[in-house]
Amino acid sequence: MRYSAWQILKEGLTGNKGWKPVWREPEPKAEYDIVIIGGGGHGLSTAYYLAKEFGVTNVAVVEKGWLGSGNIGRNTTIIRSNYLLEGNQPFYEHSLKLWEGLEQDFNYNAMVSQRGILNLIHSDPQRDAFARRANAMRLSGADAELLDREGIAKMCPFLDFDNARFPIQGALWQPRGGTVRHDAVAWGYARGADERGVDILQNCEVTGIDIEGGRAVGVQTSRGSIRAKKIAMCVAGSSSRVAAMAGMRLPIESHVLQAFVSEGLKPVIPGVITFGAGHFYVSQSDKGGLVFGGDIDGYNTYAQRGNLPVVEDVCEGGMAIMPMIGRARLLRMWGGIMDMSMDGSPFITKTDTPGLYFNGGWCYGGFKATPASGFCYAHLLAKDEPHEVATAFRLDRFMRGAPIDEKGQGAQPNLH
Amino acid sequence: MLINHPLLGPRDAAEFVVKGDAALIGRPDGMTASPQEMHDYAYLRDNPAGTHRELWYHEQGDRSWLVVTRDTLTHEVLDVALARDVARAEGRSR
Repeated sequence: MRYSAWQILKEGLTGNKGWKPVWREPEPKAEYDIVIIGGGGHGLSTAYYLAKEFGVTNVAVVEKGWLGSGNIGRNTTIIRSNYLLEGNQPFYEHSLKLWEGLEQDFNYNAMVSQRGILNLIHSDPQRDAFARRANAMRLSGADAELLDREGIAKMCPFLDFDNARFPIQGALWQPRGGTVRHDAVAWGYARGADERGVDILQNCEVTGIDIEGGRAVGVQTSRGSIRAKKIAMCVAGSSSRVAAMAGMRLPIESHVLQAFVSEGLKPVIPGVITFGAGHFYVSQSDKGGLVFGGDIDGYNTYAQRGNLPVVEDVCEGGMAIMPMIGRARLLRMWGGIMDMSMDGSPFITKTDTPGLYFNGGWCYGGFKATPASGFCYAHLLAKDEPHEVATAFRLDRFMRGAPIDEKGQGAQPNLH
Repeated sequence: MLINHPLLGPRDAAEFVVKGDAALIGRPDGMTASPQEMHDYAYLRDNPAGTHRELWYHEQGDRSWLVVTRDTLTHEVLDVALARDVARAEGRSR
């Protein structure tokens, strides 16, 4: 069924009896061309683009829990393409372009809202760094502007411009950045993939990866064994656990990142504001809640919850830069598990085992990458060669001395 | 989380910086190890779900390095030892 205003009107007049489940609940087949492990945002977008762009429809997405139960529903919904390095920025700009056409493309309301993203500047060196970043962004075809204090004050008069420790000197502004309704992204991709014949298998946990003669040939799951010509891992957060089933060790640690939402407020925050110096960023959802977060807790964990010191740190950061939120009450907080890679950049790559592919290492930047990650992974799976904007995301880049060290911090996974 | 420091007693985890897997104590000899060995040491991690031995640095305290054994699924702290003692027991130091 194609969704449209006409459809809503028709269903409204006929008692809403015509709406159908958005995807099927099929039984696993014995064999597929491609099995994607992980029914989160990236796995579902991979399946969608495989079917739609590359004509590969004999595909299963196997998901341990329910569809979209992981990080696609736990992130803070921000989209942007404000990266610096050659290996990264064209990829994220490709992703932002896909976001811009996404709702028309998959005929689903994902509430893509390009309300802009503001990265605050507090010192001359930081302005120089952001000017360089803005130039890199524009070279890749993205939009970027440097704002002065007056420019920011027009948009965000409530900020503490004369903060004693971090006075606001300016900002990097990307008007095309914004937010997206994250659950709808999973649902939209799932519907689009399902319509084209992809089997989405929920409550189907992968318990083993079958390797015969050095080649990956199938997976063992809680719903039986499934053979496949190609197996695509796509389980950021748990990548090390799944890769271990194939005997792989990864350049990844798993960490928890917490997110927070306040009670609903009238519209006060126009776009996304990041206060990197204070480990705080915020946007306001369409429902009115302030959605905010900060840094990872900093210790290895697979528990989807964090600890209180980071809650305090994040709230202090918020109070420092926008004291007006002091009376707002915290409504909910939660944690998601991140693949923290050794250079802060992701992987979309083949592995040493033929037939086995790997997508992961998204650190805490996976949501904005969802469309391009799926697109480029689908390209790799269908053609066995990387998409032109994702050639740098290889597993062997540390061995070759070619890390993509966006922050310039080296092999230190708990910093990114 | 509370870290039961062997010298100072229970301390708030917020006083510490975590450096990751305690296997990092076992650094290969840079003069004889192959590039592959050094790569594996520097970049690859077991990253287990369950019991994990890790290095904690008491930055906001006595600046000792500890080996904390912790469950990464529950955050339960199972054991705390001075990294110095662990390294000596593994023959890393005189």
